[in-house]
Amino acid sequence: MEIKQQASAGTLESSDVLVTVRPADNLLLKIESPVLAQYGEQIEKVCREVLSALAVTGGEIHLQDQGALDCTIRARLETALRRSEE
Amino acid sequence: MRRSLLFIPGNSPVMLQNGAVLPADSLILDLEDAVAADQKDAARLLTAAALRSQNYKKEIIIRINSLDSSYWQPDLEEIIPCRPDAIMPTKCSDSSTIRILAEKISELERQNDIEEGSIKLLPLIETALGIEKAFEIASSSPRIAALLLGGEDLAADLQCDRTKRGEEIFYSRSRIVIAARAAGVEAIDTPFTDVDDDEGLIQDARLARSLGFSGKAAISPRHLTKINEIFSPQPEAVRYAREVVAAVERAKKAGKGVVSLHGKMIDAPIAARAEQVLEQAGRLGLSLED
Amino acid sequence: MQGKVVNSITDALRLAGIRDSMTLSFHHHLRNGDYVLNLVMSAVRELGLKDITINASAIFDCHLPLVELIKDGTVSGLECNYLGALVGKSISSGILKKPVIFRTHGGRPADLERGSAHIDIAFIAAPTADSQGNISGKYGPSACGSLGYAFADARYADKVVAVTDNLVPYPLADFSIAETEVDYVVIQDRIGDPGGIVSGTTRITRDPIGLLMADMAAEAIKASGLLRDGFSFQTGAGGASLAAAFALEKIMLKECIQGSFASGGITSQLVNMHKRGCFETLLDVQCFDLGAVESIRVNPQHKEISAGHYASPEAASAVVDSLDAVILGATEVDLSFNVNVHTNSQGLIMGGSGGHSDTAAGAKLAIIIAPLMRARMPLIVDRVHTVSTPGDTIDMVVTQYGIAVNPRRADLFDLLRQSRLNIVTIEELKETAEKICGKPKALNDEDGRIVAEVHYRDGSIIDTIRHRNHPHTDN
Repeated sequence: MEIKQQASAGTLESSDVLVTVRPADNLLLKIESPVLAQYGEQIEKVCREVLSALAVTGGEIHLQDQGALDCTIRARLETALRRSEE
Repeated sequence: MRRSLLFIPGNSPVMLQNGAVLPADSLILDLEDAVAADQKDAARLLTAAALRSQNYKKEIIIRINSLDSSYWQPDLEEIIPCRPDAIMPTKCSDSSTIRILAEKISELERQNDIEEGSIKLLPLIETALGIEKAFEIASSSPRIAALLLGGEDLAADLQCDRTKRGEEIFYSRSRIVIAARAAGVEAIDTPFTDVDDDEGLIQDARLARSLGFSGKAAISPRHLTKINEIFSPQPEAVRYAREVVAAVERAKKAGKGVVSLHGKMIDAPIAARAEQVLEQAGRLGLSLED
Repeated sequence: MQGKVVNSITDALRLAGIRDSMTLSFHHHLRNGDYVLNLVMSAVRELGLKDITINASAIFDCHLPLVELIKDGTVSGLECNYLGALVGKSISSGILKKPVIFRTHGGRPADLERGSAHIDIAFIAAPTADSQGNISGKYGPSACGSLGYAFADARYADKVVAVTDNLVPYPLADFSIAETEVDYVVIQDRIGDPGGIVSGTTRITRDPIGLLMADMAAEAIKASGLLRDGFSFQTGAGGASLAAAFALEKIMLKECIQGSFASGGITSQLVNMHKRGCFETLLDVQCFDLGAVESIRVNPQHKEISAGHYASPEAASAVVDSLDAVILGATEVDLSFNVNVHTNSQGLIMGGSGGHSDTAAGAKLAIIIAPLMRARMPLIVDRVHTVSTPGDTIDMVVTQYGIAVNPRRADLFDLLRQSRLNIVTIEELKETAEKICGKPKALNDEDGRIVAEVHYRDGSIIDTIRHRNHPHTDN
């Protein structure tokens, strides 16, 4: 899929993640998280899985994480991507 | 057992996580009133993701959006593959809603290798017409496991105030119980909405129980323990039930046709009720000492 | 006026003989509303003094000006029982050359008694004082109630200065600290902000997980067999701790159990439990809210006790030695039940033992209540960043996913298994957390400079805390 417009999903509440996606030629993943040292790698892995599953090859993906679990990150990222298609 | 059913907002990661440890018998993951219109898509995906990754160990019911919205079909399409235990349609006013839903769910069960008919329905009755047609709704599908009463919306439909004492929904409560039992399903009472009024909750739950409801929905986790307690067989009831069953046994052995206990005649309905109580107590693992 | 009253803090410093490299002490009963430490240190700086060590029972966010004083060399040493996150993170980043010395509430008076700590000048914030230096915390616009942590300062410091905003005619009859120990009295307009000193009221948490764990802890105490007439209890002032006391109260009232005492930091809730007959006596080392302050003023069964009486291992005996059950918190717990309350999961200083290790050591039943994870960070780790309280003094850990009993307490384990509580092993709790959150990557090996020493109540160094910067949040 292609990111046609900026879109976001999620919130800054504890255990949630605010995901913002913007159109771009290349794929750029930016992750902010209070648990970056412990879970940064895992968060990135989950994001890349979702991006790959939805065949996203270009976009600025920005995560403002508040300690969200993998399932929450997946859901929020997918929601933001689907919203960006409209 | 379905003594307590806790509503969990479907768009809240923290509440979806917490649901697993709260003492509710069932969780109602809410995609409807707890979710703003512009977040329906987010809630749907979040709830589905939570279902896939969490092991809730309790009955999971999904409250989907109303059939006159554009959301109910995407709700089902996203959620059914995650194998919830039941779906809760709202504002059920007649059996056609149920038929449309049951058909859609069957289709999705087939597509997802789920045993057809296994996903239950717990219709929320919250309109005057729904109360009128309660029995028709309750008996319209083998999927139906219980009727849930929605007091707030019902009072609005009846054009009167919703109160703690509940006179405005008194008849509706009894009607739901009768319709449900006539159809062979359970009746679940409406939530008590004052989070801070413990006494009020106790009175409301006791009233519901005495009217014949088998459980009560809740919007606050703080209400769960009390609701569970009130809708569990009471210790005296369990004790009495044991005595009744023992008395019936004794009479049988002695070849007596009439069973009496503490000077009271124990006829078939009392004996049957005693069996029910012991069966419930057994399922809850309640011992005589509790 | 006259007596020992001097015109200013600066005068008091001069008269007390302030020099470079001295140790000045402060108590923390004015909590996050304290003005005194900042006022005194500002005066110290004005005098051009350097290399001062501060021995404060606790440092709060309102003491942020300390950071500048450390950077400009006025302050070069810090000793405390608790260091809040705002100043703590600067300490973690290494602004102090000398390691901070963390003690416990019992260890601080013990070290003063042993002579391994020394105070040159003690500044005692005094909500009420007379011209000869009789001091009370119970009266005045900045009333804080008990002055438990100030007694050792008054007793052991070379010079003692009372700082008050409420001078009363001599003699202050209901004094806590006697004039016999006080050298000078300074009057200030305000010694603190009442809003920061005590809360209006402390509130039970509304968080359903906190309430759930509180109920579990109360059930566990009941199942342990300790909950009978004569029962004694201590808990913290956080929302979840109050919830535990509330859950216990329900059981005690229902079963007509008359406890002997509640101790430690006293809240209105404990005052109410006492009034309802749950506890005969309140042994108060600090007041957390207005209700407690009011009570200590008027009720002879509500007693002010010194930190030494409360928890010193050097005392002939201390209150903690008679304690049945205590409820405590934790940032981390490891598989040996060691508990961390000094640093967060990122290794940054944000707390301290306070009375944690003292009560855990003394109480028959030491219970940790904490959520199994906080924003994805698991509570249970292989090894805590900082050992604040050793595992052999911790009896159980209560989380929403179950209760782990220390294997050393086979007796307790047997009792609890007979209850309806969900008893699991500490390893199972760790696994559950990691299944939900994912397994956290370990932080980089700690090889940075030591920024703090954790002194156990017996004076030994139980752990050290190393330099850590606030983690980057971008990648």
